[in-house]
Order: sequence, then C-alpha cells, then structure tokens
Amino acid sequence: MRTLTFIARRAFHAIFVLLGLSIVIFIIARIMPGDPARVAVGARAPEWVVEQLREQMHLNDPLPIQYYYWLTDALHGDFGISLVTRRNVADDIREFFPASLELAFTSLLITAVLGIGLGTLSARHKDKFIDNVVRVISYMGVVTPSFVFAILFLLLFGYVLDLFPTIGRLSEGVPRPPTVTGFMTIDSLLAGNFTALFDALHHLILPAMALAMGTMAQEARITRASMSENLTKDYIAAIRAFGVPERTVMGRFLLKPSLIATISIMGLDFAGGLANAFLVELIFVWPGLSRYGMNAILRKDLNAISAVILVLGVVFIVVNIIVDLVVARLDPRIGLRAARSD
Amino acid sequence: MSVTPLLEIKNLHVEFKVYGGVLKVLDGVDFRVNVGEKVGLVGETGCGKTTTMKAILRILPVPPARITGGEVLFKGRDILKMKERELRETRGRGISMIFQDPTAALNPVFTIGAQLEPVIRHASPENRRLSKKELRKLAVIPLKEVALADPERLLDAYPIQLSGGMRQRVCIGMALATNPELLIADEPGTSLDVTIQDQVLRLLQRLVEQRHSSVILISHTLGIVRQMCDRVYVMYAGNMVEEAPTRKLFANPLHPYTRGLMAAVPRLSGGGVAMGIPGRIPSYLHPPSGCRFHPRCPQAMEICKHEKPAFQQAEDDHRVACFLYDPAVAEPQKEATTA
Repeated sequence: MRTLTFIARRAFHAIFVLLGLSIVIFIIARIMPGDPARVAVGARAPEWVVEQLREQMHLNDPLPIQYYYWLTDALHGDFGISLVTRRNVADDIREFFPASLELAFTSLLITAVLGIGLGTLSARHKDKFIDNVVRVISYMGVVTPSFVFAILFLLLFGYVLDLFPTIGRLSEGVPRPPTVTGFMTIDSLLAGNFTALFDALHHLILPAMALAMGTMAQEARITRASMSENLTKDYIAAIRAFGVPERTVMGRFLLKPSLIATISIMGLDFAGGLANAFLVELIFVWPGLSRYGMNAILRKDLNAISAVILVLGVVFIVVNIIVDLVVARLDPRIGLRAARSD
Repeated sequence: MSVTPLLEIKNLHVEFKVYGGVLKVLDGVDFRVNVGEKVGLVGETGCGKTTTMKAILRILPVPPARITGGEVLFKGRDILKMKERELRETRGRGISMIFQDPTAALNPVFTIGAQLEPVIRHASPENRRLSKKELRKLAVIPLKEVALADPERLLDAYPIQLSGGMRQRVCIGMALATNPELLIADEPGTSLDVTIQDQVLRLLQRLVEQRHSSVILISHTLGIVRQMCDRVYVMYAGNMVEEAPTRKLFANPLHPYTRGLMAAVPRLSGGGVAMGIPGRIPSYLHPPSGCRFHPRCPQAMEICKHEKPAFQQAEDDHRVACFLYDPAVAEPQKEATTA
C-alpha cells in the first residue's frame, strides 16, 4: 500500500516534469530557424501551398495555442513526419527504441554482475594483489570512453579473432522473428526460434560489453568503497562474533547495506547509457534510438528530436522511481523516511 | 573454584596501519580467564580494552588492524591459528560478545529476526537442519529471556524501530542465544541512560548466573566491576598494568595508574570533587618509551623512561607492571633515599 502511494505520488510529480520538458522542447523547436511548413513540402512548392499548410499546421496561431496543438498531438503519439526517414516519428521510435533498450538492459546485466562481483572481490582482498588489479582495471574503465572499447572490441573480437558478428542485431539469412516486444532475444524466444535467439545474443554481446565497461568499472569502485567501509562496522564484527559463517556474513550482512549507493548510481548509468550509446550504436551499426536521435540532431529533424528527448525524459523518470523503490526496499530507514515526509 | 584456564592471552600485539604510520595499540597483553570466573577489565577510553576483546574473536577489521604477535588460547587451542571452520565453532558457542553500542552492533537494513535466526541456526549442528518456521520459534526464546515484550512482533521489526534499551536487550539476547562458555560484555549499557543501564546490568547479571558462563566484563564504572567480578585487570595504553582479586585490588591498589583511577571516582560520602589523572592516553603513533604511563606518573623514576616494566607478581595473586614493586629497582632506590 505504501509502495502504491509512493508510485502514485511520484507519477503525479512526473507529469509536471514532463510538461516542463515538453515546453522546453517545443520552444527550442520553434526558435530554430527555418519554416517547418516549407521544410515539409520542399523548396520548389509554390508559396500558396506553403501558406495553406502553415494554416493547417497552426503555425500562424500564437505560441501558446501552437503548443496546445503540438501537445495534444504528442499525447496521441503523433510527433509528425521525420525528415530523415520520411516516416512517422512514432513508428521510428517504436522500431528503434526497443533495440536501444535491449542493448541497455544487457549492458545493465553485465554491469550489475561484474561490477558488484569485482567490487566485492576487491573489498574482500583489500590492499592485496587482487584488489590492486581490480582497481587498475576500474580506473582504466572509468577514464576510457565507451566508443574506444567499442572500436577495440570490434577490431579484436570481431575481426582479428573473428569470434563475434560486428553489424546489426541479426545475421543475414537468419529469419527475423515476428515483432512482439521489439527485443530481438525475447521475440525469438516467444517464436520458439532458437537460431535467432542465439544469433541475437551473439550480436548483443560486443556492443553491450563496450557500453558496460565504464559503468561496470564505476560500480566496482563504488561497491568496493562502501563494502570496505562497512567491513569496519560493528554489526559485521558482531554477527561474526556470534559464529555466523563468513559466506553469510559477506553475501548477506555486508552485501545488502553496501548495495544502496551502487544501485542508485546504476539506475542513472542505465538511463544515461540509453542516451549516450550513439557512438557504440554507430560503430556496431545498431539500429537504436540513440543513433537515431544523433542523426536527427545532425540533420535538424525537429520532430524526431522532440520525440527522442521526450522518450528519454520518460525513461529517466521511470528509472528514478524504480531506483527509489529498490533503495527503499534495501534500507528501511529510507523507506520509513519517505513514508513519513509530505 | 577450579582454576582451569578457559582463555589465556599471551603477549598479544596488535597494530593499526593508518595514513600517518603504524599505531602500536596492543603492546604485549597478558590476560587469563578461568572456567566459571568473572573477570573485570577496566581502564580509560582508548586504552585497548575493546581491541583486546575483538582480537580474541578475530573480528578486528583487517586491514587496518593486524595481529603481529602473541597467542590467544581458548581451551588450549590458539584461536589466532584456527582455520575458518574451527574459528566459526569457537565464535558464538565458545565465546560470544555484547557490544558497547547496540545501535552500531545491529545491522540497520535487516530485521531483528533476520539477524537472530542465522545466529541460532549456527549455534548447534542440530539447529542447522531446522526449517525456517522452527527457527523462528527458537528465535523468540532469547528475546523472551531478555524480558522483551511481544517478541513475535519484534522479529519483524528493524533496529531503527526500537528504543536504545530494547536494542541493548536484543544484543544481549543474541549474544546469549548461542549459550557461550565465555561471554564478553563490553561496557553494556554505556550508551543508555542510567536507569535503563542499571536494568540492563541486573538482567545480564541474572542471565549469567543462570548459565554459569565465564564472563569478561569491561567497564569504566568501577562500582559495577566491584559488584560483579571475581578478579580485575587494569589496562593502560595497550598494556595490562595490574591484576588482582577484586577485593584485594580495591583495598590495596599498587600501580600509580590504578590509584589514580580509584581517586577519580566521585563519592557520595563527600570529599568534594574527585581527582582525575592529569594528562591523557598517549599517542599510539609515537608511544612513550619505557613504561607508557611514565609521562603521567607522579612517581616516575629515571628507569621508567627507558625500560618497560615486566608484568610480574608483587604478591602471590597480585600482579603489577611497575618498577616501584620490582625489588631489583625499588630496593636500591629506597636505600638511596634513606641513606
């Protein structure tokens, strides 16, 4: 019940955040030089056609009224036509967003398992050889941008060792499963098409690894820091003093309080990864939202830009709500505080 | 009373590695608890009492702490050399500990039950086979023993939802849940207000009497030690400086530090403000040479600055680490003053 109230309240807050975001997007779109009507019909169309379209597109109305029309359309999922793909922006999003999301989820999984794993290992063997190795790797991971890893992995594992495919989400010749979720792996599974499933996973690994390297290194550092701090706490000394085995002490009584910081950062990294993956998506020719958004920005494709920003805004809000819920579950002190205040 | 030693610490050295160097916190600690005995350990805050106790159970955070020498014999076996399995069996069932600050000793993100149940599960081989439900039933018992109301509901409560006194009771319950042969009580109740502290101590005393466990009681309230303990150790800056049966120690304290400690106790019968010991515990980074107490000692001699006094017998069951009672040093001095 408390959780539901919390979600409801946060969703209510989110409405205002998104409204604010939409106003900013709308204003930017209208300030940009160029006449959307003229752009839509092309340079050679006669002036009266443009004028008619301008009237149709409400471009002659005052800004607040234009905003009203734009918002109602957007709420109906109508963001207009993309100049680049010449298709409905909504259709583009529907196609590209799941690809990015699938990539981001895979990368999140790698980040969580390896980041927390390495962090734990490091904290456990603090100041010893293993710890130093992990720390050096983490530093390199944090300071190296993901596109460097992308190129490195592409060259090493894609070409030299030839272990992984380097382009797209499925190999040529592999039948594409019918789109249900837009996640290639899940769709393949739903269709019972295991050839496609393995092929899709095979395609996912390199770009997801490239995307995960930085965040994984970050999580490893944060996990190590909070774990080695918590290792000096009396509650760890106490539970050890009572004869509880080391496995339980580390895996339960140390892990849970140490994960709070890690999970907060991981949520932001996930949403950020979705938005910042464009170079990785570009390198691996991944048909994702990030690459789509980047192309839209480069070509001043306003309709596409607005839609991408709005989608990413929603993702950030949803991820933040989820992170807060998880953290509140992990730490009763936070959970209670959230329930007491306002 | 039998005098079979249950726990014997011999020449224990512990260091802490910190940013500025190495802190030599325990500098050759000797300590003994016999079966069935209640031993008190007193000394200023920061003198290494808690460190000694944590070193016994090997629960000092490593790093920064490091045990650099000595032996901790529990029933003849050196705890410091034990492998994981034997260590685990010694902890809890053999030796258990009540921590100074119950708020810090309870994990804030687990319910009381989630912390108590694994303790009970590993308290005996039979318990390891119990189902969750049976375990939960057993978990109620220690909470009842420490006179907590509504133990069923407490199992699902988080530490933050309890009062300080309740948390201390929970800690006592947990420490006794394993039925330890030796219970270490590290200033139980210090963080509580005086009336609650008194209740908690009475409770502890009663529970310990019932079980005939051996006890190490750390306290800086000398009155409590006097009331509860058979024998007392006095610790200063990482060294044991005096040891005697309780009555003997209070009647005839030998070490200048012990005397200062007793003079520092305020008395209801008047006499005005209690005397303190001027100065404070020295830095462990650069501890004083010789006897670590010499910079604060009103009776310091030349030799105290250079040599460390041995912890040796002054009378049959009264040991002290001070040159004043070393015949080889004190006698010639006395002669010199009388001459």
